Amino acid sequence: MDILEVKNLKKYFANQKAVDDISFNISEGSIFGLLGPNGAGKTTLIRMITGIFYPDEGNIILRGKKFDPINDVLQLGYMPEERGLYKKMKIGEQALYLAQLKGMSYSDAMTSVKEWFVRLEMQSWWNKKVEDLSKGMSQKLQFVITVAHNPKLIILDEPFSGLDPVNANLIKDEIYRLAKNGATIIFSTHRMEQVEEICDHIILVNKGQKLLDGTVDNIKQDFKEHLFRVGVKVLPEQLSTHIFQVQKHTSDNVLVKLGEGVTNNDVLHHFLGHQLQVNSFNEVLPTLNEIFITLVEGTPAARAFDNSKA
Amino acid sequence: MNKTWLIIKREYITRVKNKTFLLSTFLMPLLFVGLIAGVTFITVKNNKEEKVAVGDREEMLKPFLESGKSLNFEFLPNADTALLEKGYTAVLLAPGNGINQSGSYQIYTSKNLSMSSQSSINRKINDAVETRLMTTLGGLSKAQLDSIRVQAAAVQLDNKVLSAGEEMKEGNSGVAYGVGYGAAFLIYITLFLYGSMVMRGVMEEKTNRIAEVVVSSVRPTQLMMGKIIGIGAVGVTQFLLWIGLIFLLSSALGAIIPQETMAQVGEANQQMNGSMPGGASSGALEALGKAQNALGSVNWPLIIGCFLFYFVFGYLFYAALFAAVGSAVNEDPQDAQSLMFPITMPIILAIIIMINAINQPESALATWSSMIPFFSPIVMMARIPFGVPGTVPYWQLGVSMIVLVLGFLFTTWMSAKIYRTAILMYGKKVTAKEFWKWAFKKS
Repeated sequence: MDILEVKNLKKYFANQKAVDDISFNISEGSIFGLLGPNGAGKTTLIRMITGIFYPDEGNIILRGKKFDPINDVLQLGYMPEERGLYKKMKIGEQALYLAQLKGMSYSDAMTSVKEWFVRLEMQSWWNKKVEDLSKGMSQKLQFVITVAHNPKLIILDEPFSGLDPVNANLIKDEIYRLAKNGATIIFSTHRMEQVEEICDHIILVNKGQKLLDGTVDNIKQDFKEHLFRVGVKVLPEQLSTHIFQVQKHTSDNVLVKLGEGVTNNDVLHHFLGHQLQVNSFNEVLPTLNEIFITLVEGTPAARAFDNSKA
Repeated sequence: MNKTWLIIKREYITRVKNKTFLLSTFLMPLLFVGLIAGVTFITVKNNKEEKVAVGDREEMLKPFLESGKSLNFEFLPNADTALLEKGYTAVLLAPGNGINQSGSYQIYTSKNLSMSSQSSINRKINDAVETRLMTTLGGLSKAQLDSIRVQAAAVQLDNKVLSAGEEMKEGNSGVAYGVGYGAAFLIYITLFLYGSMVMRGVMEEKTNRIAEVVVSSVRPTQLMMGKIIGIGAVGVTQFLLWIGLIFLLSSALGAIIPQETMAQVGEANQQMNGSMPGGASSGALEALGKAQNALGSVNWPLIIGCFLFYFVFGYLFYAALFAAVGSAVNEDPQDAQSLMFPITMPIILAIIIMINAINQPESALATWSSMIPFFSPIVMMARIPFGVPGTVPYWQLGVSMIVLVLGFLFTTWMSAKIYRTAILMYGKKVTAKEFWKWAFKKS
């Protein structure tokens, strides 16, 4: 079942089309990647999904019903890219306050915040002020604030920026755990290696429009260039053939691009026919990073002359 | 509403718990009372004896010039300016003296005389000359003249205000003036104090980027209203504490400072003002009694009620505007200065109008500006002590209050629209055109 359906969403600002007719569905319990270069319209899209902005046109359907920004806030957890906390407020009070603002009762908020503090080993920080925290610590606090009210849909904008690998892994594990327990996660980023690792389903937006939509595997299949890496010790003269072109050749392997209509077995036959020892044979799929760059490169930056964030 | 309440509570509690709040709340009255005590002390201390040498060969002044408590006239046969170096504050030479050949009195001093000494010497000489002329030319004896003076001083101006043929409470424009001035200035100061507190709070939320986290949970308008009301409550709390503390401290001060000193201060004041003839202690007491009576004649419940009304709604009216400005400011505090200007202008203008209105509380300027919500909290508070419905008819008070409430609803509605857009806008300097567009575009 789809937890969120976005239909033909549009938001135009005076000098640009921030979101121009974007539609997609997110199935419940999945980890969804929202990708795009800076200024692609990701933040605007997210702000509409979180009810901060009203769309100019289009619909947002949350769990089968039209999204109601005022009454559905408890179901949403949003961690903006620009982290924000009250610097002078004590950490525990702050987390409690923000959970209550979401609509939790005091006692529920207290139970949940305490639970999260224990889970992320932050109990001893309760009475510290935010201004005394390191950047990584306040990132963790920000994450707790985002998820403390047990939202069904969690939107994380660049959740790992500023975290060291240990803490990044900690948060990553929590994201997996939340997804396993039924929460849906929208993960907005331009760090492709994380997306490849974490996300089930991605869309790529650029200049307010959707360029790609699908699972990571499908997208890679769509963009594959029929490249294979063959672990074989081979002399260059043994590679002159019409079935593939050699892209790269090192002492113990060779990267080949298959010709039109050539199958994997044809390649293997070729090497075996030359009485060569094949140690490995892998298809090389493009990384999301490569796909991303291919698609986005060449288009002028969406907001070259407008540095506003809205 | 529940969420707005949470915001109000947070704004209130974090501010009230803050050390700066505690410090300013408890130090201000101390400072205030300390200042009064300090001035009192200095006035008493400063009141040193002054000797004036008088050269009066023709004996024009000698029988008539009386030395005062801290002013001594010494008649020296050959007074000249050299005496200035021998401890005399001034040398007064009557006409026809050896040195002074002119027809006027001349006074020499080594430095400029203070205002109080000068007026005091001047008064003494005037009295002396008057007495001389009255007795020598008018043929009165000194005793007769003294009796006339005492009778003249006893004449009081009792101002009874009549309204529809009925006698109202005794009017006293001096007290009304003081109360009006004080109330108007208090409102002026608090508008600035708490208005800019709202602005800084909004700026803090914007630059901290907490605003985006919060507006994903509550409507921006709730956040703005919560802040405004929370800070307003802080203002009211601070006020009540100040009033209580000042009352406590001044009564404590009254108990500590000996009666004698107070009497001395009273005398020092009299010398400066010179408004009370004779300066007899019975006269001073009578004046004091009258002042107390006049204070009693002021309609305190009405004034305090109106003060609270104009403080609360004046604050709400301006705080919304301050919040809008705060939301439009980027990291640069310079922006805040220039954006604040259009808001601070009417407040300053109001105080200028108030100074005029308090002298003529029934003028057209005073009447009309006390109905314009930009000025009414300050100007109307200056007029009310002169009497409702005497000086300020009920309809004027009613219109002024209704317009202020409507004005507050309007500024809040407008600011909420600006705030909503501007709070998430970073990096761009906001222009007046954009302000206008945000405030009045259809959403």
